[in-house]
Amino acid sequence: MLRISRLVKRYGNGEPVLKDLDLEVPGESVVSIIGASGAGKSTLLRCINRLVEPTSGSILLNDLELTTLKRENLRKARRRIGMIFQGFNLVDRLTVMENVQCGRLGYIPYWRAALRRYPAEDIERAFQLMERVGIAHYANKRADELSGGERQRVGVVRALMQDPDILLADEPTASLDPVTSRQIMELLQRLANELHLPVLINIHNVSEAKEFTQRIVGMRFGRIIFDGKPDDLDQDAMDSVYSGTSEDKKASAPDTDKVAT
Amino acid sequence: MSSNTTTATTPRQWRKAPFIANPWLRWGLLIGFAIYAAWAITTLPFDWARISEGMERAARIFGGAFPPNFDRGGLLLKGFLESLQIAILSTLLGLALSVPIAFMAARNIAPLPIYLLGRILIIVARSFHPVIVAILFVKAVGFGPVAGILTLTIYSIGFVAKMLAERIEEIDWGQVEALRSTGTGTFTVLQFGVLPQIMPRQIGLSIYQLDSNLRASAVVGIVGAGGIGSTLMNAFGRYDYDFALAITLVIIAVILVSEAISGRIRKNIW
Repeated sequence: MLRISRLVKRYGNGEPVLKDLDLEVPGESVVSIIGASGAGKSTLLRCINRLVEPTSGSILLNDLELTTLKRENLRKARRRIGMIFQGFNLVDRLTVMENVQCGRLGYIPYWRAALRRYPAEDIERAFQLMERVGIAHYANKRADELSGGERQRVGVVRALMQDPDILLADEPTASLDPVTSRQIMELLQRLANELHLPVLINIHNVSEAKEFTQRIVGMRFGRIIFDGKPDDLDQDAMDSVYSGTSEDKKASAPDTDKVAT
Repeated sequence: MSSNTTTATTPRQWRKAPFIANPWLRWGLLIGFAIYAAWAITTLPFDWARISEGMERAARIFGGAFPPNFDRGGLLLKGFLESLQIAILSTLLGLALSVPIAFMAARNIAPLPIYLLGRILIIVARSFHPVIVAILFVKAVGFGPVAGILTLTIYSIGFVAKMLAERIEEIDWGQVEALRSTGTGTFTVLQFGVLPQIMPRQIGLSIYQLDSNLRASAVVGIVGAGGIGSTLMNAFGRYDYDFALAITLVIIAVILVSEAISGRIRKNIW
């Protein structure tokens, strides 16, 4: 259960990128977040695992307040938040297995990481998950030798290795071709069901959002202006998400989200 | 200067703009430089008599140097092995110190005070030519290879730490973010997120530095910091010009070989 209330993020002294945002995601639901570039989608996701520091507001994950965590507690909380990136963000020069084990680095003692002595049960779990997504035969390949779709599967397995309470996917399919993109969306949807995970997906492809998720959240200039079932997202709703009102435009057009890609 | 007199009938003209746009500044600099050069040449004390005398001496040295004398091969080998020792040990020591200093001096991962400390260490290591550092160390720890090792260690830090820090500042930050987002501790993030990215550059720099230290060890030997340079200096001191030429030839050969090897290795990993 994720509960975000009155979340504000402001870069420097500019117009806030997120404005008093409220969002509630009960367990096991797959939520798509749509919106034009600069709407604040990436910032929202990155505030949850504190890659971006929220300016004010509250983010509760299973009753744990994330916004006030410091150092060691933040690190421990991050272990339970899996993230999947648009650019995959794998360590290019490490093997697939080592990239997958990166998801466990927060759990194992420093010496084990330094000497690459991964616990046997982590290795077993990694093989299971890699078999599940069809990349087990690449275990010893270097990550940069894989194709885009295969790399994103590694990214997904890395996040699942964390044994996460929630999965954040920041435009996971934007760097992929249409066919691979659908495969990854399908995979995310099925994994969410199998593992009973809430999943937040930032996505530009509205038809994929409608097809693979049960709930769509539309953002515009740092606010949620649509929240409903895929069927409720009609042309009017699309227009308001992607063109905005003139009043909003005048207020926020000049500042574009620095983090959003 | 610019005349925009293009009409429909005449073909349009284009000329590359001068490097310095302001004509006064352009000609001023040129004339100023010419005057200075003329003044510098006319005021320098060129003593032609002494130069011709020197030429004679040079001819005598070269005459005495031929043919090169390899009779004292044992001494030559000993000096050369000592140089190799100095180069290898100082490279190892320099690298061991360079890596942490490079991490300290990378703005994207080090907090400001640590960054400044790292940069200061690099600047200090780079400020003096190895020969000057070698003179200081020879005074401090006496003649011999220890002074050479310390000198070249500092020389290595100045170069390797600086280049490595610049490489760290260019890394793909996404890989670091991905690891941080999994709750990985700071040092493990550095090991898994940063180190693999800089590894090719690290290896290349190490080989280059070994090559460079081998060359520099001959130079710092001349001021007494051990190695083949000291052997060469002694040979000159005793007017053994034929032996000195033999040493010089060996130095050239060794440097050619090491350059070829290191070039080959670096080409394959860069």
